[in-house]
Amino acid sequence: MKLALAAEKCSGCRACELVCALDNFSVLNPKKAALRVSGQFPVPGRYTVAFCDQCGSCAEVCPTGCIRQDEKGAWIIHGEECIGCNACVEACPKQVMYLHDDQNGVPIKCTLCGKCMEYCPQAALFDADGTIATRR
Amino acid sequence: MIKGYAGKVLRINLTNRRSQVSPTPESWVKEYLGGRGFIARAFWDEIKPGIDPLGPENKLMMAPGPYSGQFLSSTGKLHMGCLSPATGGYGDSNMGGHMSLELKQAGIDLLILEGAADQPVTITIDDGNVAFRDASAYWEANTFDSERHLKEELGEEWQIMVIGPGAIHGVVYACIQHDFGRQAGRTGVGTVMASKKIKAVAVRGTKDINLADPKTMLAEGEKFMSLVMGQPGFREWQPYGTPEVVPWASKQNVMPTRNFQCGQIEGFTGLDGPTMKAKVTQIDKGCTSCAIPCGKWGNGVLNGKVKPQEGPEYESVALVGSNLGLNNIQEVAYMNGLCDELGLDSISAGSCVAWAMECYEKGILSADELGRPMNFGDGEAAAFMFEQIGYGRGFGKLLGQGVRAAAAKVGKGSEKFAMHIKGLEISGYEARYAPAMMLSYMTCDLGGHHNRSWAVTHDVATGRENMDGKAEKVVWLQHVRPLFDALGCCRFPWVEAAVPVETYASFMEPITGNKWTWDEMLKASERIWNLTRMIWVRHMPGFGRAADQPPYRWAEENHTDGNPNGKHLSHEQIEDLLNRYYALRGWTENGIPTPETLQSLGLEFCVK
Repeated sequence: MKLALAAEKCSGCRACELVCALDNFSVLNPKKAALRVSGQFPVPGRYTVAFCDQCGSCAEVCPTGCIRQDEKGAWIIHGEECIGCNACVEACPKQVMYLHDDQNGVPIKCTLCGKCMEYCPQAALFDADGTIATRR
Repeated sequence: MIKGYAGKVLRINLTNRRSQVSPTPESWVKEYLGGRGFIARAFWDEIKPGIDPLGPENKLMMAPGPYSGQFLSSTGKLHMGCLSPATGGYGDSNMGGHMSLELKQAGIDLLILEGAADQPVTITIDDGNVAFRDASAYWEANTFDSERHLKEELGEEWQIMVIGPGAIHGVVYACIQHDFGRQAGRTGVGTVMASKKIKAVAVRGTKDINLADPKTMLAEGEKFMSLVMGQPGFREWQPYGTPEVVPWASKQNVMPTRNFQCGQIEGFTGLDGPTMKAKVTQIDKGCTSCAIPCGKWGNGVLNGKVKPQEGPEYESVALVGSNLGLNNIQEVAYMNGLCDELGLDSISAGSCVAWAMECYEKGILSADELGRPMNFGDGEAAAFMFEQIGYGRGFGKLLGQGVRAAAAKVGKGSEKFAMHIKGLEISGYEARYAPAMMLSYMTCDLGGHHNRSWAVTHDVATGRENMDGKAEKVVWLQHVRPLFDALGCCRFPWVEAAVPVETYASFMEPITGNKWTWDEMLKASERIWNLTRMIWVRHMPGFGRAADQPPYRWAEENHTDGNPNGKHLSHEQIEDLLNRYYALRGWTENGIPTPETLQSLGLEFCVK
C-alpha cells in the first residue's frame, strides 16, 4: 500500500481528515488527523494535501527507538515508549507529524490504515500500489 | 451536554469588547435542533421590535447544527441571522465551506455578535478565546484580498469570514464571504456585520466533538457516501453542479430573462453545465465532507479581463446572466466574481441592475442619470453598475438600497417591474404561472427566495393549471428544506442525488444519543417556521396577507414565451392558494398563526 495524491482532483472537502481522526481516535476532530488539506486561493486556485510517505526520517532521529516499521511498511510510534521530545516532528521533511494538546506530547502520525484513500470521494488520494479501490 | 454539540453560546459585545460564555440550553436542542432553529429562538428572545437594523441593538447570530462537520457527505453549512436591513423583517442566510465545524471545535453552538465597535475590527476566536485586531488598514479591501491577508497574517489553518466594499458602503444586500467564494448572501447579513464595524471573524478550533456512538457514525458515514455516489442523479449532476438545471429551466420558460420579461434566453446552451465545464471550471471545490462538490472554481472573462471565482451556481447564472440578457458563461462568471469581490448578493444585485436596464430601455432613466447606457446584454454596462453599487457611487448608491427603495424613488411605473417580495429581490425562477412556486415565494419567511420551497418541478410535473395539492406540497417542502438549515448540513444529497430524505433521521441517535423520528424532526421544523412568522408579525406593524402578495409583473402580466405564453395566475387563483395555505397551517385568514396553533407547537411565549 502506497499513499499517493492527484492534487488536481482534490476538492478540499477534508473527508480524509475526518475519517482519519474518526477511525483512529473515535472523535470528530480533523485536527487529530495525520494529514492536512490546504487550499491556495484565489491564485493559483487549487488544493494540496500534505501526507506521510513513510520515509522513516522520524525513526532515524528518535532517541528511544520507539518508531518502528510494521509489516505494511508504516512507521508506527509506540506511544508508551515516547518521551515527547519532538525530535521527530522537527525532523519530518514533509511536516506531517502533528502535535495536539490532548496527546501528552506523543505526535500524531500516519499508520497507513488506508481510510483516507478508501474514502476520498474524488480519488485524489489513492493507493499507488492499487490494493485499495478508488471511488471514481 | 448532549453529544454532537459544542455545548456553549458565545456572546461578543462590540461596544465594550467583552465576551461571555453560557451553556447551550438543552431545551433548545430538543425543540429547535440547532442552526436556523437556534437563531430563530435567540432572535425572538433578544432582538426587540422597533430597532434600527443597522443600529447596535441588532444582533448578528451564527450557528452550526448537530450535523455540521460530521463525516457524512455535505455537512459544511453554517447558518446566520439578524433583523434584515433589506426587508426590515426576519433575515437569515447560510453558507457552505468549513466554518461550521471550526466554530464547533472552538466550542460554539451559537455565536451572538451585539453592540457596535467604534473602529474597524477583526475578531479572532481561538478555541473560544476572543481577541480583537485593528482592521482599519484593510477595512475597504475587497473580500478576496481581505481573506488572503488574514490567512497570511494568522495562518492557513484559520477559517475566515469577511465583508467587502458593498457592506462598508451600506448596500442593504451585502454578503459575508468565507473560503474564497462561499457566500451567506441573502437578507443583508454582511451589511449588519459592517454596521458593527466587524471586517472579519477568524476562527480556529482544536477541540473534540464527542459523538454518542462514533463507531456507528463511522459506519454510517461510509454507507452514506456509497449511497450518495451510487445514485444515478450523482453522475448526471455532479460534474456540472447547479447550472445543470439551465436547459430544463429554459425549456420550461422559468429562467428569469431580462428582468423577468420572459423565461428563456436565446442561446441558453451557452450557460449550461457542459459549457461551463468546458469554458470556466478548473477544479471542483467542496464544503466539509462533501462527496458531491457543487462548487466549481475557474476564471470569469469579460473582454479580456480575467477574474478568478467560485461558480457561478444556477442562481447567479440566472440573476447576473440571463436576467441581464447575458448568455456567455465566461461573462456571467466574471459578473459573479465581481459580485463576490464586492461582497454583493448576486441575486439582489443582479435584480437591481436588471431593473435599471429595463428602466433605461423604457426611457424611464437616461444614460446621464445611470452613468452610461444600460442595455440588456451589455456586459460592460452590468460590470460598471455592480462597481457603482459596491462602492456607493452615482446611481449605484440608490440601487444599493434594493429594488423596492429604488423603484419607490424613481416611480414612473418602474414599481411594476421591481421584482421583489417583502423587499427581497426574487431569486431564479419565473413563477407567474407555476402555482406551487408562486406560493413558495409569496410565503417564504425571508421574502422572494426559493430555497425554503423549490416547487417549480412539482408544478411542471403535476400541471401548472392544477391548483390541487399545491399548498400541501409547499407546506411539506417548507418543513423539509429548512430542516437542513437547522441540522447544519446541505440538502443536495437529497435534492440532487435523490437520497431518501428520511435517511436523515437515522443519524441523530449515533451523533447525539437521542433518538428522533422523521416526524419529530418535521415538527421541530414546523415550530421554527411558525416562530419566524411570528417574528415578522412582531416586527412589522400590520403584517399579514398583504405582505404575501406577488409583485405586479407576476400578478398582472402574462408569460411572453413558450408553453405558458399568454398566461398568468388570476387574482382568484392567488387568493385561493393563500386561503388553502393558511388553513393548512392553522393561521387566520390574514395569515397570522392562531393562539391554538402556537400552543400546539410549544410556542406559548409568542401568544400575546
